[in-house]
This record gives sequence, C-alpha cells and structure tokens, in this order.
Amino acid sequence: MAGSPERTAAVRSSLAVGLAVAAYGFSFGALSVASGLDVWQTCVLSLLMFSGGSQFALVGILGAGGAAAGPAGIASATLLGTRNALYALRMAPIVGGGWPRNLLAAHWTIDESTAVATAQPTLEGQRAGFWWTGGIIYVGWNLTTLAGALVGDLLGDVSRFGLDAAAAAAFLGLLWPRLTQLQPVVVAIGAAVVAAVLTPWLPPGVPVLAAALVAVVVGVANWFGPRRAEGGPA
Amino acid sequence: MTTWHIILLASIAVLGLKVLGYLVPPKLIERPTPSRVASLLTVALLSALIVVQTAGAGQAIQVDARLPAIVVAAALFALRVPFILVVVAAALVAALVRMWVPGS
Repeated sequence: MAGSPERTAAVRSSLAVGLAVAAYGFSFGALSVASGLDVWQTCVLSLLMFSGGSQFALVGILGAGGAAAGPAGIASATLLGTRNALYALRMAPIVGGGWPRNLLAAHWTIDESTAVATAQPTLEGQRAGFWWTGGIIYVGWNLTTLAGALVGDLLGDVSRFGLDAAAAAAFLGLLWPRLTQLQPVVVAIGAAVVAAVLTPWLPPGVPVLAAALVAVVVGVANWFGPRRAEGGPA
Repeated sequence: MTTWHIILLASIAVLGLKVLGYLVPPKLIERPTPSRVASLLTVALLSALIVVQTAGAGQAIQVDARLPAIVVAAALFALRVPFILVVVAAALVAALVRMWVPGS
C-alpha cells in the first residue's frame, strides 16, 4: 500500500466505509431468503445486480406479491438503479478506460464507491478510493449475503425474529442521509402517502411505482427546490 | 415469469444503467432536471418501500410490531447510530413486541 499520502488516505476511508457497508449484506441475505428466494437466487442478485437499494426493493416486492409481482419488482429495482447511471457519468472520466475496465467500473459504481472517490482531493486519491471501496464492498457484500442467506435458511419463520421490520429499517437507513433539504423531504412524505393510499387498491409493488411519479412531478416542476443553486452550468 | 427470469432481467437492467453512464457523453443527461429527478426518484421509492414494508400485508394496511420498530429505527438514525446496529435494533424491537403481544 505504499504511495502518496493522498492515496493512503483514500485507501483508509475505503476500508472504513467498505467494511461497514459490507456487513449489511448479511441482512440482505437473510431478508431475501425470508422473501421466498433460495440461497442461489439471493447470491446471484448480489453478484450480478450489486446495488443494495435495488436488491432490497426487488426481494421486498417479491416477498409481498410473489412471482406475480415480478414486473413491478423489476421496474422498482430499475428505477432505483437510475441514480447509478448518474454516478457513472461522474466517474467515467476519472476511472474509465478500455471496455473491460469500463465494464468492471460500471459494475462497481454504487453510492459508496462514488461517495468515497468524489471526497478525495486528487485524481490519484479518487481512483484509489473508487477501486478500493468498490472492491472491498463487492467481496464483502457477496460473502455476507451468502452468510445471511444460509442463516436465514436455518431460521425458518423469520417474522418471529423481526426480520420484516429490519427490512423497513434498512430502507430508512438508505433514505435518511438524503433528507437534507426541503425538496426531498416533501417528496418522501408525498410518496409515503401515495403508497399507503394505493396499497388496498392495487397489486403489490404497483403502489411503489405510482409513488415514483411524485418524484417526477416535483422534480420536473422543481417545486420546493432551492431557487438559485440549480442554475449552474449543465 | 419465474423467479429466475425476474432476477436475471432486473439484474441486467440495473447493470445496464450503470454501463450506460460510461458510454454516453455526459452532456446528454447531466443537466439539472434529469439529475434532480433521478435523485428524487430514489427518495420517493425508498419512502414508498418503507411504508409498504412497515404497514403492508398483501393488499391491506396493517399496524403491528413493525411500526414501533421503525419508530425506534428513526430515532436511532437521528442519533447517528451506525446502520447495522439500527437494523438489528429494529428487528429486536419487533421480536420483543411479538413476544408480549401475540399476533402483532
């Protein structure tokens, strides 16, 4: 790990963030099995999809609606993954290269690798932060997913252990850091109301998609948004 | 559609979006409105998922042990307790409530 101080600092924050996040793959593994997926299916999701929010969303909707809720589950997971495309745009000039490298970078482009990379002051630090965070979380997330799935498989009826409530808390943990301004808070409340009101009337998974419209409407109209901060060059 | 089809389709879609970001010229998407909508989408979907996961029971709304668990989780997040500890605490609260109040 010899290198410049910037690089060492980047690697250090990768380790701190990576190890903390990797640990919660365990709750994904256990919840996924509780939602009716088997251990293999759970592991394939972590290996291939590798995006916590989308994975939790998919197994949550499948758990509520079974395979019939598949289209709604796919749509929710995909919509939740759109932010990764924006992260990818930001990271491409920093870590991109030939297509094998682009493909691996794309796969590892998630909230945490982007956050650690963009927090580094130098290009070298940004690259180190991205690859170390992505790599640590990829390996750790998949190992803890497997462990969680195996334990969940042994536990059987998991509602007795409160794992259904743990899933809700996991979503809340992903949402919490985003509620820093009025606009996301308004969208969160609006979406919650829409989902609650529509749940008795629509098949499982669809109310979640309908709630996404709140974001589209508020975002396009830019209601409740900061008036000046958005006016920068595109 | 089998569960395997769902898993593979959703995984390809999520990975495809990431790859897309490395292929398209940034100017196409990185304008204020699309990037604002994308980050608000995440907020809306997570919030809706919290409601469904906390109070949904198939197509019904149901108040049970999950509600006190999410309230405790919110309080702990507000106190900046680490993610994994909050998730465990939420599970613990729900499990304890279910021990005291059968059927909740």
